[in-house]
Amino acid sequence: MLITTSLSQFGKYCLFIAKAFSIPDKWKVFSRRTLQEVTKLGVDSIPLVIVISVFIGAVCTIQMKLNTSNPLMPAYSVGLATRDIVLLEFSNSILCLILAGKVGSNIASEIGTMRVTEQIDALEIMGVNSVNYLVLPKIVAFVGFMPVLSVFCIGTSILGGYLVTIFTDLISTARYTYGIQAFFNEWYVWYGLIKSLVFAYIIASVASFFGYYVKGGALQVGKASTNAVVSSSILILLFDVILTKVLLQ
Amino acid sequence: MIEVKNLTKSFDGKTILHNVSATFYTGKTNLIIGQSGSGKTVLMKSIVGLVTPEEGEILYDGRDFLKMDTRQVKDLRKEIGMLFQGSALFDSETVLGNVMFPLTMFTTMTRGEMLDRARFCLERVNLQGAEKKFPSEISGGMQKRVAIARAIALNPKYLFCDEPNSGLDPRTSILIDELLHDITHEYGITTIINTHDMNSVLGIGENIIFINKGHREWVGDKERIFTTTNEALNDFVFATRLFQKVKHYIISEDNKNK
Repeated sequence: MLITTSLSQFGKYCLFIAKAFSIPDKWKVFSRRTLQEVTKLGVDSIPLVIVISVFIGAVCTIQMKLNTSNPLMPAYSVGLATRDIVLLEFSNSILCLILAGKVGSNIASEIGTMRVTEQIDALEIMGVNSVNYLVLPKIVAFVGFMPVLSVFCIGTSILGGYLVTIFTDLISTARYTYGIQAFFNEWYVWYGLIKSLVFAYIIASVASFFGYYVKGGALQVGKASTNAVVSSSILILLFDVILTKVLLQ
Repeated sequence: MIEVKNLTKSFDGKTILHNVSATFYTGKTNLIIGQSGSGKTVLMKSIVGLVTPEEGEILYDGRDFLKMDTRQVKDLRKEIGMLFQGSALFDSETVLGNVMFPLTMFTTMTRGEMLDRARFCLERVNLQGAEKKFPSEISGGMQKRVAIARAIALNPKYLFCDEPNSGLDPRTSILIDELLHDITHEYGITTIINTHDMNSVLGIGENIIFINKGHREWVGDKERIFTTTNEALNDFVFATRLFQKVKHYIISEDNKNK
């Protein structure tokens, strides 16, 4: 029963995505909507990303120092470990899990409300491909802007650690900055960005899917929003394992 | 003209429409009436293609809607305007943005031309001055009028209205009815209105189709509806306390005269 339901949902999702990735009715309208979505889903997320990243970067640095207090460990390893944690997991997987809550619920509730208030029916009646009109700009905008958020996250997390070195005497600033630059592997940046693109696609498409097929009223919109966040979080974790195996091994 | 022939639709094994046939005339306000749950919304949604019937034919001026390919359906939909029960205005757009939406999507008009057309439609529904407001900032009656303006923006040949008076006070209901009636005659539109409001029936019922338990039980106009012998329709017409009182009054006056 569970398998057949999952397969049927997956089939429905594939048809939904096929409809979303058709050619837009008007490119001008598509570009305008995509820019609006960049602002709504991407730019509006920057303050949240900055706040979370600064604090997590700071906490990572403190934790690293406290848990690796060993005379055999060089002091710069705190900076090195903080940088690698941020590059490998925090700026993509953890950030996207957080954004699944903010952006995912926003998308699902917006499209779900449009469904229950017959706005999607109105689009269909006019002859507009509602999936393409509503969903494609969100996917393109969020996937396109995700690397920017990811880079913001990397920068501000490292800044968070840097602030710890300035305002505490746990580690010297010079050792932290040396650690940040030591044994740098460029591929880690690309690996993080590739993961963030995949996760952004998961968040935007899964949330849109749950919102689009809402039936009922306000209660069901809330439920769809929750389901969207839960499902996209699970998929992010699953693809995190797969991508790590594929890209890092 | 829209013709519906032997339309049948079921949901989860329960038949909602049983071989319904009806004709909706051009330049007339065609009303589908019936109690809640009688199948009138399903009938309207089938005609516009939001629901796919199992059997039957839907002919838009002779063109079989159910046999059209995706391209043809898309083209036909540009000839359709629809007013939804809850107005279905786009929350993120202003009143002017809502009316301009179909023009932006389906015409090659310049922005100036689109603005002129949208303003003309808003004037037609007496809504000049509300252009910059958002749907949440205007009343239910105004929202209906914006929805009508949006529906007529592309000069549709067919106009569908799902319970246009729901949630409105009697005076605003009459205004909306009159507006729909005037627009229908002015532009020669085939208008189909789904309603259970007897005020609308008496005011603008030029061609009335009564649906009861998924069957088409009666066809007529506002003049003939009071003299019908159809029991279900009689029950529907005289369901309100006001009409019951009027009926009793007329019967008692008749008896006195005898």
